[in-house]
Amino acid sequence: MINVSKLKRGIVIDHIAANHGYKIFKQLKLDELDDVVVLMRNVPSRKLGKKDLIKIETDIALDFRVLGLIDPNVTVNYIKDGELKEKAKLSLPRDVSGILQCKNPRCITQQEEVESITFYLVDEKTKEYRCEYCDAKTSL
Amino acid sequence: MLKGRHLIDPCEFTLCELEEIFGLADSIIHSPERYSGICENKLLASLFYEPSTRTKFSFDAAMLRLGGQVLGFSDPNTSSAAKGESLKDTIITIANYVDVVVVRHPREGTAKLLSKHSPAPIINAGDGGHQHPTQTLTDLLTIRHYKNQLNNHCLAVCGDLKFGRTIHSLVLAMDRYEGVNFIFISPEELKMPSYIKESLRNPYVETNNLDAGIASADILYMSRVQRERFVSEDEYVRLKDYFILTKDKLQEAKKDMIVMHPLPRVNEIADDVDTDERAVYFQQTKFGMYVRMALIIKLLGLE
Ligand SMILES: [Zn+2]
Repeated sequence: MINVSKLKRGIVIDHIAANHGYKIFKQLKLDELDDVVVLMRNVPSRKLGKKDLIKIETDIALDFRVLGLIDPNVTVNYIKDGELKEKAKLSLPRDVSGILQCKNPRCITQQEEVESITFYLVDEKTKEYRCEYCDAKTSL
Repeated sequence: MLKGRHLIDPCEFTLCELEEIFGLADSIIHSPERYSGICENKLLASLFYEPSTRTKFSFDAAMLRLGGQVLGFSDPNTSSAAKGESLKDTIITIANYVDVVVVRHPREGTAKLLSKHSPAPIINAGDGGHQHPTQTLTDLLTIRHYKNQLNNHCLAVCGDLKFGRTIHSLVLAMDRYEGVNFIFISPEELKMPSYIKESLRNPYVETNNLDAGIASADILYMSRVQRERFVSEDEYVRLKDYFILTKDKLQEAKKDMIVMHPLPRVNEIADDVDTDERAVYFQQTKFGMYVRMALIIKLLGLE
């Protein structure tokens, strides 16, 4: 296994379901950061079998909505002076804007340019959200 | 307060607010002359991006009877949409000229989109298969008029319950009242969708037999089966005649039941039913005009 140096200060996003790591990396726009960012994929895990993991060597404000939407089961660890300072659990956001697109072909947002569509959570289990315009359900 | 509000979805008004509208509609019905000049110097824009003569007439008549004036289009090809202008720009411009805007559009969610950019109240006059709230208000006012209240009724709905937008909206709107019972009458292929049934507070039963459903109903709401819903012509022909109301079948019904229909009908109500005093579907359209009159007055804050 590749050795990744122990983090002194920054954020570790742990317990990401395998294959969700890259999605999170992309949606959080981590490629735009100047700091060290490590995306590890298919790390052996007792809990998940395989998991993905992201280390960010800086303090940034993570978009918890995006994170919760993609994978509400991840753990976010804040590290300071090489020690765990804070652990955050996520939940599915009640509503999200600007991330989801409406898939209903009859929806007005398919015709008219709409900057940021808000979606409201309708079902926790299926992670389904409803479009604020046409009420059609969608999920990420 | 209803002044300045939009009407996009019939359930976004509280029962109290609906009662305000119905109460005003009552007094318009009782003394229309009192309201014949209330909208003087007010302008209504009527934007029909798809034709619907009935709905347009109903709004136009409502505004004109209040002494207001109407401008607009009923053919999208003559409008700025044909020149490629965005709906957002169109509504920001038009809302500068008028006091209230009525919009019909084939795409779902259009009225909601316009309401985000319009300083003038938007009334949704139909957005594709999504919502048609003034039809629902019409239906509620009709029931309230003939049955005196909206609580404690047995409502039977018959026809295309799978795709019928009017029926879905009415059932969801009636479910907000107490002591309502539903009877869903349809062929197997056109049953009420489960997401609607699961959301109901009040009890319902399902049947594929109009004769069985009719006896206990206080209100029988008939609907047409739309040709475009079917994959083949054969399917359409087989199903459309499934549930036809005739004078004969009405013998089983209560003496004070009312028969409603959003019109136009195809053949689901035989002509001989028209003369039965329980048939109120032609009066229903008139209540549609009254409820729109009351709605316009309320949204403009004139009473
Ligand atoms: Zn949509």
